[in-house]
Amino acid sequence: AVSHYRLFPKALGRLVAALGVRELHLALTQGFWRTRYWGQPPLQAPAGAELWVWFQPTVTDVDKAWKELSNILSGIFCASLNFIDSTNTVIPTASFKPLGLANGTDHHLLRYAVLPREVVCTENLTPWKKLLPCGSKAGLAVLLKAERLFHSSYHSQAVHIRPVCRDASCLAVSWELRQTLTVVFDFFSSGQGKKDWSLFKMFSRTLTDTCPLASQSKVYVDISPKNKEKELLEVSPPPTSVHEAIVQGDKKTYAVYDLLSPSLFNTSRSLNVQLKWKRPQDSSEMPIPTLHAQRYVGGYGLQTGEICTLIYNTHPFRAFPVILLETVPWYLRLYVHTLTIVTKGKENKPSYIHYQPAQDRRRPHLLEMLIQLPANSVTKITIQFERALLKWTEYPPDPNHGFYVGSSVLSALVPSVIAMKDLDVEQSPLFTSLFPSSDGSSYFVRLYTEPLLVNLPTPDFSMPYNVICLTCTVVAVCYGSFYNLLTRTFHVEEPSRGGLAKRLANVIRKFRGVPPL
Amino acid sequence: AAPVQVQLVVPMAVVFGPGSVPGDLPRPLPFRDVQEMEISVNLRTSVTSRYEMLYRSTTGQEEAALAAATAREADAALHPLQDTTLGSLTVYVVPETSSLLPQGIKVYVGKHRSALVRAGGSLAALQAQLREVAQVMSFTASSIAAALSDRVPDGQLSPDARRYLKSSLGYEITFSLLNPDPKSHTVDWDIEGAVNRYVKPVLDKLSLVANFSVDSQILYYAVLGVTPRYDKESSSFLLSAHSLPHVINPVEARLGSSAASLYPVLNFLLYVPERSHSPLYIQDKDGAPVSTNAFHSPRWGGIMVYNVEAPASSQASLPLHVDVDMARVMEVFLAQLRLLFGLSREEVPPEFLLERPGNEGLADWELDHLLWAHTVENIATVSTTLTSLAQLLDKIGNIVIKDDVASEVYRAVDSVQSAVTELSLGHLHAAFQASKEAITSSEKAFFDPSLLHLLYFPDDQKFAIYIPLFLPMAVPILLSLAKIVRETRQCKKEPTKMD
Repeated sequence: AVSHYRLFPKALGRLVAALGVRELHLALTQGFWRTRYWGQPPLQAPAGAELWVWFQPTVTDVDKAWKELSNILSGIFCASLNFIDSTNTVIPTASFKPLGLANGTDHHLLRYAVLPREVVCTENLTPWKKLLPCGSKAGLAVLLKAERLFHSSYHSQAVHIRPVCRDASCLAVSWELRQTLTVVFDFFSSGQGKKDWSLFKMFSRTLTDTCPLASQSKVYVDISPKNKEKELLEVSPPPTSVHEAIVQGDKKTYAVYDLLSPSLFNTSRSLNVQLKWKRPQDSSEMPIPTLHAQRYVGGYGLQTGEICTLIYNTHPFRAFPVILLETVPWYLRLYVHTLTIVTKGKENKPSYIHYQPAQDRRRPHLLEMLIQLPANSVTKITIQFERALLKWTEYPPDPNHGFYVGSSVLSALVPSVIAMKDLDVEQSPLFTSLFPSSDGSSYFVRLYTEPLLVNLPTPDFSMPYNVICLTCTVVAVCYGSFYNLLTRTFHVEEPSRGGLAKRLANVIRKFRGVPPL
Repeated sequence: AAPVQVQLVVPMAVVFGPGSVPGDLPRPLPFRDVQEMEISVNLRTSVTSRYEMLYRSTTGQEEAALAAATAREADAALHPLQDTTLGSLTVYVVPETSSLLPQGIKVYVGKHRSALVRAGGSLAALQAQLREVAQVMSFTASSIAAALSDRVPDGQLSPDARRYLKSSLGYEITFSLLNPDPKSHTVDWDIEGAVNRYVKPVLDKLSLVANFSVDSQILYYAVLGVTPRYDKESSSFLLSAHSLPHVINPVEARLGSSAASLYPVLNFLLYVPERSHSPLYIQDKDGAPVSTNAFHSPRWGGIMVYNVEAPASSQASLPLHVDVDMARVMEVFLAQLRLLFGLSREEVPPEFLLERPGNEGLADWELDHLLWAHTVENIATVSTTLTSLAQLLDKIGNIVIKDDVASEVYRAVDSVQSAVTELSLGHLHAAFQASKEAITSSEKAFFDPSLLHLLYFPDDQKFAIYIPLFLPMAVPILLSLAKIVRETRQCKKEPTKMD
């Protein structure tokens, strides 16, 4: 077998070719996106590690390929993806459609797994940076230094591989590797007071040059005016151009810094983008997104509980459907007959339910529903569960910390208030891949809810030691005493003059002034 | 190490051309003869080499072929008339006055499995010559010792012994272009065409030995770990020979391990130095620049430095476009590939003339060389593995051997036995295949994860549970037993004291 690589990293290329992968999406996230404070996320990922893969139809044993793939990826990215096995892998039927070219979608070729307990650290960022052709030596990746990136409220890095058309006529297909990094620096809440920022303040370095291999290298700064007020903020140095786009139903204006244009580095050798607010912000409210959700555990005690999901549709007059995918580990036994979906006080029947019950120690629960959300409403989905008692070797090292339940996934085509134009792939590859829109009236959104932390009834792990101590003591004391009683023989003894104990006792009695024995 | 006794049999045909028969033949042609030699590696490993020679005279077609003008044409004409099974040799003896061999050359070794030898007078001299030819074309004592290098005590090894690649079922070859300065140089290499034109024929020939897979990549901003010295006289930068070992480690982190397969990787790197460090030359131990500007590291791969000519005018626009001359580069890399496999032609005696292999990269007898060495190495490895497994089972009684592991072990033993038998019959190809099967089965059995299942179950845990239970019960019993014994002894001593 022969394969040649130029810009595409060889490690991923050989992996994709050897295991028959059609699409691969891996995300490692630390933190949770606070929709109420930060607005709609551009690309959200669930807390922990998420991996979903579409395999080629030529792959015969998909489970074997999935296991090999997760093991090899865990080596490449230094993450514990090797913990992905059949107990946390599911096969969704409707939520995850291929994002690249697809020739038919048999959902048995799809696998999805989430590891909510996974932690992201610099060890995961380094191999991510190694995949870039220029590495972190030139271009925009120069800014990505670990000690600033992890000093943030939210950090998410992702790798996406999919097949795309090479040009408009689509005669040849290429592999596209997309690497995204989403970081939230929350200066306002971390006590610095002002909302002014600069590249130097965030990353403690500035941009000096571009990667010579890049055909496009741009920085976009969102300068959309809020409430139609202009001149609220100021960006320096002046941008090379201004770009307007409709992103997720909102009209947004971006100041564009094109690093490849020669005029940018004319005055100074480094580019430090700064944003200053002209007037102090009185309210830090972000516009509420059309679709957002919350999830929490209800109930009390260690026997039963209830998972409640609240989905909000804040669109004033349009209703739209949403697909909810929930993966619940097998040790929380769901009772599907207690599933209730209530909207505005009335029962809401889903038009499509796919439920796969769990098998103990083999398969998790999978619940997929298509729910119609009426305009301007809150939908509450509740399902009750019972907590199982695990075998004593199955508890993790700190069992009282709790057990994680992965985020549930909401996929929807949200109608947008403003009509969107079809964007040209060549002109703005960033926007067409991040915010694709098949028709001008709605945009695709994938949201994740919070992960849950659930306590299971935990046994007392010191019991084997207690049992051994108690049994041995009882046996020794009882058996020993009985045996002695039964077999002791009595002799008559001459009174002795007194042993050491009597002499010691007399010494003490002399000190006390009491007559000796 | 387990005792290994292997007999390597090389079937040879010695064909006497007209006018070259020595006078002192013991029997009239054709007749058979056997020469044996012992190569003892250590006390328990012995390899015997046995050359079974068949002496005969030429047929009419062979005579016509030997009447050619040069040795090369004769060799080409004789090729369809020979026995071409792997491992066999054919030696044609030509008269002393023949003009086929140039002056001063006694032996000509062709591209296939044949050689032309000048008649030397007596049979004994001819047989000595034949022994030399057979050793060059099949195996020598040192090549067998190198294959069994794990078993040879350290003092006896030549420095070359551990440098050849270990025998494996497959190899991965990676060509990497390192461009540390993409702002100054835009390097283009037609690696696909070069691989198809130069590398594929060689790998096709070697496909008998192992599976090969080739890939290539371009790495940017990959620097060598060593800063080269500036030399004023030649106004160039020099990398001295003793700094070469430090070059590889920093680069290796960027090369990327092949995660998708378990075969050993051979890396061939082409380094285009930065504009500020051009031109860059590699110095050998004497201080002279190496002509190919390349070096290789045993069992790892090779690195070649490709200097870009400085542009005529210093105001040339950066980046400079560089088109790599793939023919020159591939020449060096293929030579390094041969060295990595141990196919150097340096140890031949001076009066030998070796034919160049041409496009195929290696001659048939060099392929045989590899096969002999790899077969012996495989047999030795399998016996070591199986013996280790047996010793492990003796030491740790807890290990459970499943049925499929047991069947793999039986299969490995059968394959090794059949490999040894085939070697003693002279069937090199069958022996090699059997040895490959033996290696696969023995590795599968030895590295099976089920063997580790009950490995860590220490005895003190069992004691820790039972002792607190039984010790308190046992102490009063033991004490009263002791008392009874004492009393009976006292009774026995003074039987009259009873009242």
